[in-house]
Amino acid sequence: MTTRPSAKAGARKAPRNAALVATTAAKKVRRARSTPESETLPPEIAAWFARRGWKPRPHQLALLDAARERRSTLLIAPTGAGKTLAGFLPSLISIHNGRKKKTGAGLFTLYVSPLKALAADVERNLTHPIEEMGLKVRTETRTGDTSLARRQRQRVKPPHIMLTTPEQVALLLSHPDAPYLFADLDTIILDELHALAASKRGDLLALDLARLRKLAPNVMTIGLSATVARPSELRGYLVPQTDPEAETRLADIVTVKGGAKPVIEILEAENEIPWTGHTARYAMREVLEAIGKHKLSLVFVNTRMQAEFAFQELWRLNENNLPIALHHGSLEAAQRKKVEAAMAAGKLRAVVATSTLDLGIDWGDVDLVIHLGAPKGASRLLQRIGRSNHRLDEPSQAILVPGNRFEVLECRAAQQAAEAGDQDATLSRAGALDVLAQHILGMACQAPFDPDTLFDEVRSALPYAGLTRTQFDRTVDFVSTGGYALKSYERFAKLRPAENGKLRVANPRIVQQYRLNIGTIVDAPHLKVRLVSSRGGKKNIARMGGRVLGEVEEYFAEQLTPGDTFVFAGQVLRFEGIRDTEVFVSRAAAEDPMVPSYDGGKFPLSTHLAGRVRAMLADPSVWSALPNPVANWLELQTERSVVPAPDEVLIETFPRGNRHFLVAYPFEGRLAHQTLGMLLTRRLDRIGANPVGFVANDYALAVWTRGDISTLISEGKLSLAKLFDEDMLGDDLDAWLAESALMKRTFRLAAVIAGLIERRHPGKVKSGRQVTISTDLIYDVLRRHDPGHLLLEAAWADAATGLLDIKRLGTFLARIKERIRHQTLDHVSPLAVPVLLEIGVELVYGQDRDAILRDAADELIREATGDMRT
Amino acid sequence: MNMLKPERIGLDDFADQPVHVCGKAFVAHKSGALFWPAEQALIVSDLHLEKGSSYAAYGQMLPPYDTRETLQKLAALIDRYDPETVICLGDSLHDQGGAARMDLGDVESLRLLQEDRDWIWITGNHDPKIDRMLAGYVMPEIVVGGIALRHEPRPGAHTHEIAGHFHPAARLVFHGTSLRRPCFVGNRLRLVMPAFGAFTGGLNILNAVFEPLFGDDGLDVWMLGHEGLYPVAPRLLRDD
Repeated sequence: MTTRPSAKAGARKAPRNAALVATTAAKKVRRARSTPESETLPPEIAAWFARRGWKPRPHQLALLDAARERRSTLLIAPTGAGKTLAGFLPSLISIHNGRKKKTGAGLFTLYVSPLKALAADVERNLTHPIEEMGLKVRTETRTGDTSLARRQRQRVKPPHIMLTTPEQVALLLSHPDAPYLFADLDTIILDELHALAASKRGDLLALDLARLRKLAPNVMTIGLSATVARPSELRGYLVPQTDPEAETRLADIVTVKGGAKPVIEILEAENEIPWTGHTARYAMREVLEAIGKHKLSLVFVNTRMQAEFAFQELWRLNENNLPIALHHGSLEAAQRKKVEAAMAAGKLRAVVATSTLDLGIDWGDVDLVIHLGAPKGASRLLQRIGRSNHRLDEPSQAILVPGNRFEVLECRAAQQAAEAGDQDATLSRAGALDVLAQHILGMACQAPFDPDTLFDEVRSALPYAGLTRTQFDRTVDFVSTGGYALKSYERFAKLRPAENGKLRVANPRIVQQYRLNIGTIVDAPHLKVRLVSSRGGKKNIARMGGRVLGEVEEYFAEQLTPGDTFVFAGQVLRFEGIRDTEVFVSRAAAEDPMVPSYDGGKFPLSTHLAGRVRAMLADPSVWSALPNPVANWLELQTERSVVPAPDEVLIETFPRGNRHFLVAYPFEGRLAHQTLGMLLTRRLDRIGANPVGFVANDYALAVWTRGDISTLISEGKLSLAKLFDEDMLGDDLDAWLAESALMKRTFRLAAVIAGLIERRHPGKVKSGRQVTISTDLIYDVLRRHDPGHLLLEAAWADAATGLLDIKRLGTFLARIKERIRHQTLDHVSPLAVPVLLEIGVELVYGQDRDAILRDAADELIREATGDMRT
Repeated sequence: MNMLKPERIGLDDFADQPVHVCGKAFVAHKSGALFWPAEQALIVSDLHLEKGSSYAAYGQMLPPYDTRETLQKLAALIDRYDPETVICLGDSLHDQGGAARMDLGDVESLRLLQEDRDWIWITGNHDPKIDRMLAGYVMPEIVVGGIALRHEPRPGAHTHEIAGHFHPAARLVFHGTSLRRPCFVGNRLRLVMPAFGAFTGGLNILNAVFEPLFGDDGLDVWMLGHEGLYPVAPRLLRDD
């Protein structure tokens, strides 16, 4: 990892062709850029550049100028532009000059990154130039991995530069000594801001920023970001907002234009591309060939399971024994670090990875990025391609491998978007109330607070600029007594009145509980996977186990029965059983593991790419550029049915087997389609069409019924316009949400973040299972007795953009008003084949749980009556 | 793939199920209650009233509606079976201070349920004493028709009993999914009832504590669904 220490933090020789352009919003700053370098840089640093024959890059100087005027700035730059050094250079110079008088602990710069691994990586890459320059600057990381002793020392005697994560900042701010610790804070650097801002962690960080500005009023922020569709949202994030009615205040911006455009190819394999699936198994031979032709390839996939599958397949074909490794977030940290070290040392030819390698960590000289399955979003693709070739003036190389026919269209759309430099727009979001609740309690742990003052402070954070006083007061009430309509917990209140109208925590135990449970990342409960020997009786499972291979989601483990085989950590494993929080597995001899088919694509297709795919579908003139099987498939569709115009939604109805099918093609991503499917089946049931089931993928949705939908429509008993009316988002949605497992999961996350449910209690660890049970019960009870409760509101806001994607569904329903193109067909259309093939393969959350119990009961009844026909 | 409806069975077919203990006939309801037609008695176990406020007293503000929810559920059953006697099998209150914390409206609701019928509180480990304001008879156990109704089942030879205490739950693995629900578990000589309270969790019946109760005898298991109570073959059940 340290073989090329300067690769990230160091500035390389400025490219001769100067494809690099720095722009800045503030004219003043641009003028200041003409300051001679000798004046800008202290001799040690200037000498360091000179020794290397380097010159500071224009954007690095631009940031120095902005810093001199104390202007907060957003730096947008592609990978390899020396972004990190640009962020730190102003601090290095100021600390070195040491002119400022210390009034607190002396912490000068706070660097916040979304990943603790990234914080550690940047720290390593920063200490090298600091040593080489001979600067007296101390840097340290602070993450969950830092020892308790060191963390305690850091609060009193911090380094000049602290590199950390949003959760640690929140924790530091909850200590009574926070004002002393942050009194000297001069600069806050927010790395990979694009990955952080539009999320709950981003909300938490925004609130922390607001508090830091209180403690260090002159603090300056520097945001580092990859190219984004709407930079103004990140610029607003960096500076305090004053008036929600007024225009958003913005930080300065410095943009480094990318160098050469990436070269993106779409792989055409010898084998015919399949109708369905995401694994790209058909093209593995060509993928392996491409790996053979490059020094180091990153093979990206969208889910952990796909990573395991691709790794397995590549090794099956890997006759030359190319060193290919596997890297995903569920693997044990030690194992991941081994892979990272091997990568940096140049010992590997390829790494199969999920999004854990998305963010800006440098692990070697990657010269090819291969994407298995469609990238699902334009920004994600560019981000991943940016992992290859860190020299700005040479193009990055990428190969997209579509998993099925629709993904060919999607890959083509992503290719065009990259060509045009288009990015997906993230939804601007209102700050989450559960995160606010966590923050309010943290602030109370720090010191008694005045609600009026805290309200103003909170609203200075961009995500909370529109927060109303009522919402704020309700959140304070929630923190204190649970915020229930039935006011019975006043005597247990966690916040008590103190002097001058302030509120303080009722007792020290509350502070302890807060510190144990802080954080906004609540993963699905995970279980450790431990390797044990395969011998031993069934009951005697508590053998002393071997090593831990990593973690799997609890819901995945739950569907396994002893004897099932699955692929994990690159090997075929046999499931032996679950003990406490561990999954026991043994090595399996099986060649053909049972790879579960859930998680078809974790990320839904982005709105931007969906628009491009719809346009491509509607324009036969571009089909000739597509691979033959795909072009023929679309031609056939025009013969058998129609292709819809870009602004239309096509709905086909046809009989098949002894069922009737309704297939719609909204192209709004699987999450929105699943929600739509749930609502449509409710409505079809009411109309008497007798729906039996449905299946959804990223592009389409198929509902099957016992009633003849085509006839119902032709006889005027069913109106598609009414069926797809926006009003389904009213009562139908409400009724479905009451029992939706997805909604309960969303609620659980909000309840944990808001602190209603403790993940950890002093002295004991609460397992995920216990949490799951109790939040479901709480959800049911709250819905019935307190439907306006704050947590239900928070969960609803999450569901709208998260797992249920209701917001996108709403936009879709509004868009297709009077734009429904209905085709009655005698049989299935070519376009419908992929989604129909997923019937029986795809598993959806929140299926009717009673149906499973009924089937189990049926089986018992059949056994008892001796009827074993089925 | 979502199967939305059973194709074979009507919806209400499973609302309750016949259960036999020592040759006597009972009706187990999907809510977790047990009705004894011969005695006109309704039996519920482990109400854990005021569990929410008990947590709140320790700083975890669970909703204060569990008592109301539990009493409403109980009221619906009393409407359905119109029992002459209601027997609560212990742990009716989550802790000793529970009765004092009850909302006055909830106390009044309970009083209405108790009108015109006998109400028996069997004591449990959470509620060795029952506050007098809650009315009813209080006893450690009661034997009716040769069957002991008590809170904690007695392991070994003491059978002929109906008890609660353990909050039995079962985990079904079937059709590629897993489902964990409270359940009735019995072997025709002894029946352990699920917890009836709104905020109560469950203990897997494959846990070792159930072994001395049922040994290797064949088990009968009925799992609680939303729409019904479902008999399930033990071979489909898994440990957690």
